[in-house]
Amino acid sequence: MENKKRKGPVLFSKYTPGEGVKKALSLSREDILFELRDSKLKGRGGAGFPTATKWTIVAAAIAEQKYVICNADEGEPGTFKDRVLLLEYPELVFEGMVIAGYTIGATKGIVYLRGEYEYMLKSLEDYLESMRKNNLLGKNILGKENFDFDITIRLGSGAYVCGEETALIESLEGNRGEARNRPPYPVNTGYMGMPTVVNNVETLASIPHIVTKGGEWYRKHGTDKSSGSKLFSVSGDCERPGVYELPWGTKISELLKLVGAKNTKAVQVGGASGVCIPKSQFDRTLAYEDVATGGSIMIFNESRNMIHILKNFMEFFVEESCGQCTPCRIGNVKLLEGVEMIEKGEYKFSYINQLKELGRTMQVASKCGLGQSSPNAFISILENFKEEIFNGNGGNHGK
Amino acid sequence: MLVLEKNAMTEEIELLVKKYGKSRSSLIPILQDVQRKYKYIPDFAQQEIARLLDIHPVEVFSVISFYSFLNTTPKGKYIVRLCQTISCDMQGKALVAKAIERELGIKFGETTKDNKFTLEFANCVGMCDQGPAMIINERVYTHLTPEKAVQILNELK
Repeated sequence: MENKKRKGPVLFSKYTPGEGVKKALSLSREDILFELRDSKLKGRGGAGFPTATKWTIVAAAIAEQKYVICNADEGEPGTFKDRVLLLEYPELVFEGMVIAGYTIGATKGIVYLRGEYEYMLKSLEDYLESMRKNNLLGKNILGKENFDFDITIRLGSGAYVCGEETALIESLEGNRGEARNRPPYPVNTGYMGMPTVVNNVETLASIPHIVTKGGEWYRKHGTDKSSGSKLFSVSGDCERPGVYELPWGTKISELLKLVGAKNTKAVQVGGASGVCIPKSQFDRTLAYEDVATGGSIMIFNESRNMIHILKNFMEFFVEESCGQCTPCRIGNVKLLEGVEMIEKGEYKFSYINQLKELGRTMQVASKCGLGQSSPNAFISILENFKEEIFNGNGGNHGK
Repeated sequence: MLVLEKNAMTEEIELLVKKYGKSRSSLIPILQDVQRKYKYIPDFAQQEIARLLDIHPVEVFSVISFYSFLNTTPKGKYIVRLCQTISCDMQGKALVAKAIERELGIKFGETTKDNKFTLEFANCVGMCDQGPAMIINERVYTHLTPEKAVQILNELK
């Protein structure tokens, strides 16, 4: 837990535990919301919704109970930044939740930790206990009268779709993790029907830094439309896989150089539900306005077979679709069948084009983000690597 | 199931309901605790949980069937979950999987006859930078090779 050798401009910069909560409690709620708005922080799970807007709506709501939920159901293939944050920087995540509770007027926080991360449970519970001892959790936190807040950890049970915020809430309420219709959004009708802030682990971890150093300082990092920094989980064909904190606006080629990737053919940005970027587009930037991502970067070198990769992604979606809505339940199966046809060489171009159309239909007709983004890989890999896949030139196994 | 066993299980579930509270939102934590102990959720436990939480048993079954870590048929003492997602796949998951299958004499999706091991594939377990990775019960193992994976399993025997 004490591996603090990581370096980065924001999240991995110096921080004294307790500092953020202390500063926050000396400010008014409006001041914190102002700093947050000024920072232009956007949700780090991938969707990029402005955090200040979310908090303001819940803060303005009148309800007997409000909730802060930390979405630690990190399931996107190739993502492991939350693992690093929770294991090495739990103070940032939990203090972010306390600050959220103070700002919006909630007394209860819930961490929804994915079942696969059960091995972290003990160390996280221990950390929460030490926070209670230091009065960073509990009643009248740090002597602030009438501010009570506590955090409980709930485990997931191996369902990728529960990373979708309404499915996550369903799961917390003891139901099948099926996404709800939106609106109403969780900010109005969330956990137990109460106004709820659901934030990604990384979003919450940014909060203590923004509160202590100010929104303006935060905005200095990154680009105009994407402020601050981002954790990138890098895996695949490179010398130094791991978690990197880089400012938004970093070029894909710069990142590849940093991690020691050689002979790179393609980079999958945003996990299985992200897009596959070919070599010709490596000068594109990682930012909400160009290639937006939750931080998963998977690198494929020249020896990799793109159809094999695509098949792996589609198998993932067929397994993880919750089956609630038809475009996603049936669509993903059809796309996987299409990939298998291509693999065997038994396909018609007209049918493959129909499948791409089906993918575009899924993007608009699916109920939640899973089905809306699952065709991304299918469409981008078939478009960007058609030479290799259909003409057999390019890639050692390209047929 | 013997009457004595049934009574013991009812008592156990009563304690869990007390611990988590009598509300629908306690359902999954209760199921997880039963699953952890018995490696599956027996029919009788499902009925008792339903009765004590005042919901229909079918609701309980419906929830169990949704989550891949909850199940209604017995599994081995050690549930081996090997990550099958692309980053682990590229780092040699297939060879590790084959070695484990050979060693235990079962395929993925099956349980050994002595109920010691169940083999399953998992989707991304968040160890992509240290693959191939597997989770056995609550422990995670990384940088696997066929030899290392088999050695880990043998040490559990």
